[in-house]
Amino acid sequence: MSGVVIIGAGQGGFQAAASLRSEGYSGPVLLIGEEAGLPYQRPPLSKTYLKSGDEGALALRPAAFYETQNITLRTGLRADRIDRARQVVVCGDTEFPYDHLILATGTRNLRPPIPGIEHALDLRTLADAARLRGALDGVQRVGVIGGGFIGLEFAAVARSLGREVTVAEAAPRLMARAVSPAMSERFAAKHREMGTEIILGDGVTAIDAVGFTLSSGRRVNADLILLAAGVRPNTELAWEAGLEVANGILVNDQLLTSDPAISALGDCASFPDHRSHHLIRLESVQAAADHARLIAKRIVHGPSAPYHAVPWFWSDQADWKLQIAGLARPEDSAEILPDGSVIRLKGDIVTAVETVNNAKVHMMARKRMAGATPMTRESFAAPV
Amino acid sequence: MVAITFIQPDGASQTVTATVGDSVMQTALNNNIDGIFAECGGAMMCATCHCYVDDAWTDATGERVDGEEDMLDCAEAEMRPTSRLTCQIKVTDALDGLVVHLPEA
Ligand SMILES: Cc1cc2nc3c(=O)[nH]c(=O)nc-3n(C[C@H](O)[C@H](O)[C@H](O)COP(=O)(O)OP(=O)(O)OC[C@H]3O[C@@H](n4cnc5c(N)ncnc54)[C@H](O)[C@@H]3O)c2cc1C
Repeated sequence: MSGVVIIGAGQGGFQAAASLRSEGYSGPVLLIGEEAGLPYQRPPLSKTYLKSGDEGALALRPAAFYETQNITLRTGLRADRIDRARQVVVCGDTEFPYDHLILATGTRNLRPPIPGIEHALDLRTLADAARLRGALDGVQRVGVIGGGFIGLEFAAVARSLGREVTVAEAAPRLMARAVSPAMSERFAAKHREMGTEIILGDGVTAIDAVGFTLSSGRRVNADLILLAAGVRPNTELAWEAGLEVANGILVNDQLLTSDPAISALGDCASFPDHRSHHLIRLESVQAAADHARLIAKRIVHGPSAPYHAVPWFWSDQADWKLQIAGLARPEDSAEILPDGSVIRLKGDIVTAVETVNNAKVHMMARKRMAGATPMTRESFAAPV
Repeated sequence: MVAITFIQPDGASQTVTATVGDSVMQTALNNNIDGIFAECGGAMMCATCHCYVDDAWTDATGERVDGEEDMLDCAEAEMRPTSRLTCQIKVTDALDGLVVHLPEA
């Protein structure tokens, strides 16, 4: 028996290995990861870690966990190729055979072809975060390219450490892919109140050692530049092996790729959304972990109900915790509630609920969205 | 080193050593304690690290933090006056001997 091989030892790869064991899988489990060290969580990298520098708190589990669970962890090792006909993963001169293969390769930062891009730092891995943390120490002016979650979280930390911070976003509003215009506006106001300069609708055209230039011609001076302009899914392994790829490794509602011996999960997977029936790719801890659990269950117990977990997400920016339950399509309408929460609607169905520092409403929404029938505007308003 | 005892609903108990500065949740994960799932990794986004603090220790573990109660309210098992999220209890020397009970899964 060759067992299960998992490529990518991040949030989802780790969870798949752990869940295989907790579901009672007794065959070999091999977790291969390119990054050195124990599998760790990324969310704190743009939040508490930047302040504390505490690497120990990031590990998902201590080394002893992998031993007691009999999970073979091979980190600092890159998978080069998948030979589907022979069911082996090739890493350099070594071949690892599999009965089932799980692709959990995540994403990498998008590096647009802007002149001087080499002056901008990334924030994706622990190594990136450590470098960034070190760089923050000696500088006064910080420039952030990209007003998405990671850029804004970093901006909030840098600002709280007393740096002068400018965020430049090419789109007309912040976090445009993920939240309603009203929520974008609330956050823009919040950051501006903190003293951060927020520039919207003005993309970066050139970067140098002391700042960057925007398409309007405007100049932003900065001694440290973070590039947080989105990511690209790591689909090359799958593509080269002849698997279907569509903005991510294509999987069905059992999270199986076009090869029944290979699953894909998390940031790198493009899967059918049970509610909207669109193909989606999510970049969240929730999706990575819920995908991993379904795959582990399926490997151990056979096919199950289609994947239908309710998406949820959070972002900590200064003393605000943004929470999103569900998933809205861009065209869904938005209704602003008296407390500033926003509900997204498709007709009468609530597709997403965006709240700030309101765990109660967030959790209520998650619970009701998980119910057998969709949450309507009316059932959202009904008392718990 | 600080000793923490986790007691399962069936009475089985496990005493482990914790590191000051870690959370009780991290301590549980490090020792593979059943019943602490910690889905969100301590970001107060789930209630899967719920525990009942032993009556003798509720003063020492202190008050719930902002927002914790709302999460506990949504936990699988019932919320009791002694309910806490283990991710929000920081291990200190004063907690040496702490006893927490895990909810019915
Ligand atoms: C700074 C930051 C902050 C975030 N904050 C939040 C947040 O607040 N809330 C939230 O829900 N999500 C957040 N996320 C997103 C979340 O971390 C990801 O969605 C999650 O990690 C995805 O898990 P994954 O397993 O799909 O990929 P990853 O965790 O990225 O793991 C993929 C791993 O695969 C490895 N790999 C790739 N190719 C190969 C190969 N060929 N061979 C071997 N190994 C390979 C990579 O090195 C990587 O370690 C954040 C992400 C970042 C970067």
